[in-house]
Amino acid sequence: MPRSADVVGESTGKTSLMIRRIIAYVVLIFLVIISLFPFYLLIVNATRGKVQNGIEFVPHGVLWSNFKNLFSKDTEHIYGNILGSFANSFLISGLSCILSVYFSALTAYAIHVYDFRIKKIAYTFILLVMMVPTQASALGFYRLMIKMGLIDSFIPLIIPSIAAPSVFFFMKQYMDSSLPLEIVEAARIDGCGEFRTFNSIVLPILKPAFAVQGIFTFVASWNNYFTPRMILQTKKTIPLVLQYMKAQIQGNPQIAHAGIMNLYMVLAILPVVIVYLALSKFIIRGIALGAVKG
Amino acid sequence: MKKKSISYAKWGYIFLIPFFVVYIIFALVPLVQTFYYSFMDRYVDTGAISIFNPTGNVVDNGFCGLKNFKDVLIGENAQFTQAFVNTIIIWLVGFIPQIVFSLLLAVWFTDIRLKLKAQGFFKTVIYLPNVIMASAISLLFYSLFTKGGALDTLLNSGGDMSLLDQVWGARGIVGFINFMMWYGNTTILLMAAIMGIDTSLYESAQIDGANPTQTFWRITIPLIKPILAYVLITSMIGGLQMFDVPSFIGSDMGSPSGKLKTIVMIIQTGKDSAIGQVGAISVLIFIISAILGFLTLKVMNDEPGKKKKKKPAKSR
Repeated sequence: MPRSADVVGESTGKTSLMIRRIIAYVVLIFLVIISLFPFYLLIVNATRGKVQNGIEFVPHGVLWSNFKNLFSKDTEHIYGNILGSFANSFLISGLSCILSVYFSALTAYAIHVYDFRIKKIAYTFILLVMMVPTQASALGFYRLMIKMGLIDSFIPLIIPSIAAPSVFFFMKQYMDSSLPLEIVEAARIDGCGEFRTFNSIVLPILKPAFAVQGIFTFVASWNNYFTPRMILQTKKTIPLVLQYMKAQIQGNPQIAHAGIMNLYMVLAILPVVIVYLALSKFIIRGIALGAVKG
Repeated sequence: MKKKSISYAKWGYIFLIPFFVVYIIFALVPLVQTFYYSFMDRYVDTGAISIFNPTGNVVDNGFCGLKNFKDVLIGENAQFTQAFVNTIIIWLVGFIPQIVFSLLLAVWFTDIRLKLKAQGFFKTVIYLPNVIMASAISLLFYSLFTKGGALDTLLNSGGDMSLLDQVWGARGIVGFINFMMWYGNTTILLMAAIMGIDTSLYESAQIDGANPTQTFWRITIPLIKPILAYVLITSMIGGLQMFDVPSFIGSDMGSPSGKLKTIVMIIQTGKDSAIGQVGAISVLIFIISAILGFLTLKVMNDEPGKKKKKKPAKSR
């Protein structure tokens, strides 16, 4: 452009900037509505006896009776033990989360601190298997669990999280940036055993990494539908109850307990939403960091 | 010094034990087993299933070479090929709007002149659907759009096909849910990449009279190409594993008319019957994921500025 940019650019820039800003806000608000709409709908529907025809936006007043009905014996006869599904999901996700962050940190610590012959090979191996999708070994996993008699047990849903390559990778990166070896040496000089050094000196330093990865692991396990679907038969986690509910509304979406189902869905996503909202800044930074690190 | 490192080395091995023991039992052995199955003419005689024999009898006709692969790829009902095509189509329906909106938002959020307010709020909200149980969102959409559901009666009262009974309607809904769940994540990844670009580039472009469209195509896009490729490939890997959403919106059989059937659905439904063929499909997933994974690594390592950027970001 031959025009003098600093003069012309200023005056035309002001209005075009304004227009761009307005467009940006309109699109953003549109997306916010799209993102929040399902939650709003769930909450409204949870306060109803039946689902409405068309969309209604005003909550009704039967939330409390829906709540009582959800945990009543009648509901248990149709959908199975509701409280039990929450207990199962909490047990599986909580234990997976703890085991996953603890042992991933331990593994990363081994690679980070010690020098031994297979260190390089072990590290490369873990990085490579990070890319293997769980679905690729699902068939063998399932057949093996049948042979080991672990079908309908929680063990196949909990124990494998000890070996979580992606959590390991995050921990290793975190140690590279914020766990100087001098701390470990100092602990050794003071006569601290290796295992104790890890538990009482290294773990507190890793707390921020634990928080981010702990949440991700918990959420992934809480929302997991594929593996429990394969392993569990009589016991149920939340997504399995949802699958059962789907079978109920198939062809009959206006059944009497639609309000109860919606309430169940609200309760199913509530723990995750609360944790997320409380720690969202932390989490969003965690995603960006993970990405930069690859 | 040397003595010291030798004496501590055993702890390295000890601390690695839990990971490797668990990995070998629960992941490596199953993976090898799956590869083994893929070369076996083996299936479960579902007719023999009873209370006393809940898993049926395994019928084993021994090694059959690449027959399973041939069957699932180009056989009569070419399960893998069909499911692969379905998966790619559904993935694209979600991915195209996802990348468009994510790019737009990422550029807007990072624009130094635009100075958007309430960015924290917007970021929190757009990422929110990603942490929500996919099966719950899908069940909600299912209850809305299925025959007689709230939105179905609104859209076509009296019509006999609900949106979910139509191939493109169902694919559209699945794509939309995937879009809704992932565009926030992609936005944040792209933002991190754009913020890594030297701001003096934008300043000098502005002084030279470049408009926002020009800076976008000439500066932003070329400089975030590696992360764009990363987003594309990782999203594709995720897309290959698609299961929850189409399974709730359609069924495990991939209704309507099998056009919603994804690759993972075959594993889920066939794990008790067609062991050999499902094994072959698993191996194909493994191979495709491996190729995509190595592409990601290559793309990420090709960019020279990448490694430098890592360090300041970590220490923050």
